[in-house]
Amino acid sequence: MTIDTGDTAWVLVATALVMIMTPALAFFYGGMVRKKNLLSTLNLSVITLSIMSIQWILIGYTLAFGPTNSGLIGGLNFLGLTGVGAEPNADYAATIPHLLFVAYQMMFAIITPALISGAFVERIRFRAFLIFTILWATLVYDPVAHWVWGVGGILRQMGALDFAGGSVVHITAGFSALAFARVIGPRKGFGRVVAEPTSIPFTVLGAGLLWMGWFGFNGGSALGANGLAVNAVVTTNTAAAASGLVWMFLSWRDNKPSVLGIVTGMVVGLVAITPAAGFVTPLSALIIGAVAAPISYYAIRLRQKSKLDESLDVWACHGMGGLWGALATGLFATTTVNSAGFDGLFYGNPGQLAIQAVAAVIVIVFAFVVTFVIAKVIQRTIGLRVDENEEEVGLDISEHGERAYA
Amino acid sequence: MTKKIEAIIREERLHDVKDALRRIGIVGMNVVEVRGHGRQGGITLAGRTGTYQIDLLPRVQINIVLSDHNVEKTIKTIQDAAHTGGLGDGMIFVYPVEDVIRISTGERGHAALMYEGDIDTRRSNGVEAPNAKREVVGK
Repeated sequence: MTIDTGDTAWVLVATALVMIMTPALAFFYGGMVRKKNLLSTLNLSVITLSIMSIQWILIGYTLAFGPTNSGLIGGLNFLGLTGVGAEPNADYAATIPHLLFVAYQMMFAIITPALISGAFVERIRFRAFLIFTILWATLVYDPVAHWVWGVGGILRQMGALDFAGGSVVHITAGFSALAFARVIGPRKGFGRVVAEPTSIPFTVLGAGLLWMGWFGFNGGSALGANGLAVNAVVTTNTAAAASGLVWMFLSWRDNKPSVLGIVTGMVVGLVAITPAAGFVTPLSALIIGAVAAPISYYAIRLRQKSKLDESLDVWACHGMGGLWGALATGLFATTTVNSAGFDGLFYGNPGQLAIQAVAAVIVIVFAFVVTFVIAKVIQRTIGLRVDENEEEVGLDISEHGERAYA
Repeated sequence: MTKKIEAIIREERLHDVKDALRRIGIVGMNVVEVRGHGRQGGITLAGRTGTYQIDLLPRVQINIVLSDHNVEKTIKTIQDAAHTGGLGDGMIFVYPVEDVIRISTGERGHAALMYEGDIDTRRSNGVEAPNAKREVVGK
């Protein structure tokens, strides 16, 4: 097998682009919490870079992409990256070094647990978070990545399409957030005291960097410097633009065109196009983005009405955005964009929509149940949250002994 | 006798109030950012979806220590410059001051409050307040 230098260069760059999304997420989330929890919230994303980088090379990669065991989990052949080097792995990317594929996928494994942190900010016990992240990555992320992307994985065998992680990343994170929020319970004073965002500028900065990083997330998932990568970049950009604009009108209708709302809409558009980016046309992406905004917007409303403190709406934005993206892939996918994919409902293949729906439901149920159990076990053993006084003081001081501003 | 004026006004009126005070010769003051509410209660802000309420609103508090006989004129000046007529225009409080000490010279009482060109030196010179240059922003 020969390495293509163009493909390798692009995936190297895409790896760096996806890496920056995790610090970007730190700022996206950090801006939305109260000042006393700013460092803590930034850290929940940033420390994930360390934890997951190590988990991934030791065991995560081989569980996700090792030779399959009955389509359920990867074998341990690549434990500690044994035998993984410059030689390409033709199963996944025949023109780039195997080790580059590992590094690129590592960045996805990093950001996914960081996404969940939005559910439990401002009250999580830090050591509980560390343990949760390792368990969740090993018991939820790695298996689902194998089912969807691994050769022989059950959902891939079923014909489910997920170009860049709509189900592996966003549905798992979103519905795990929902489960975790139910276990940990609301913040002190939730619904009574207004938790005003400390810095919407941080959130805008984070969203901007996420948008840029997403070119690597979706464009890089072509695993080559080619027309498919370009299609993914253009569909990604289009969906983000459309969703941001529609969200602006929704919030305008309800009050004023909120900037926090606009950037939230942009991120939701990016989420929704993720599974579809390499299977749909730019015009389809416009519709996918435009429809994603009201779905997440009213999902947030529903969450607020339910009195559940899923604090930064990971479920509404990533879970529901990802679910819509998975279904939209079943509607809009066309083999004219990607001959390795399938046609969707609008291109004469209604079965694809059913496959997408079944695959999504399997991932939702699995992620929700396993996360619920992990969170319960941690709660019963070492505890999930700080005590009331520590929560009142804020996690920056009580958990880290630091404050964001002097 | 010395008094302290504590005026809580809208942030956006601060520039005009400072300007008007300078014109009548009020030189020394300090300004504190405060949050609070009176009868207004609170305002509605735009969130990710819909709106949310905050009840403590940002205002600025101007502190001025001055001689008794300048109090009414100063109050009138602040009131005129800070007035919009809406809820939340703020309040002016007046307190007696026991003593004043200027740290650099050790002057006390009324002497510690005197500045070249201030409201009292103008009065004793028999000069009307000069038309202070208006600061025009953005023109």
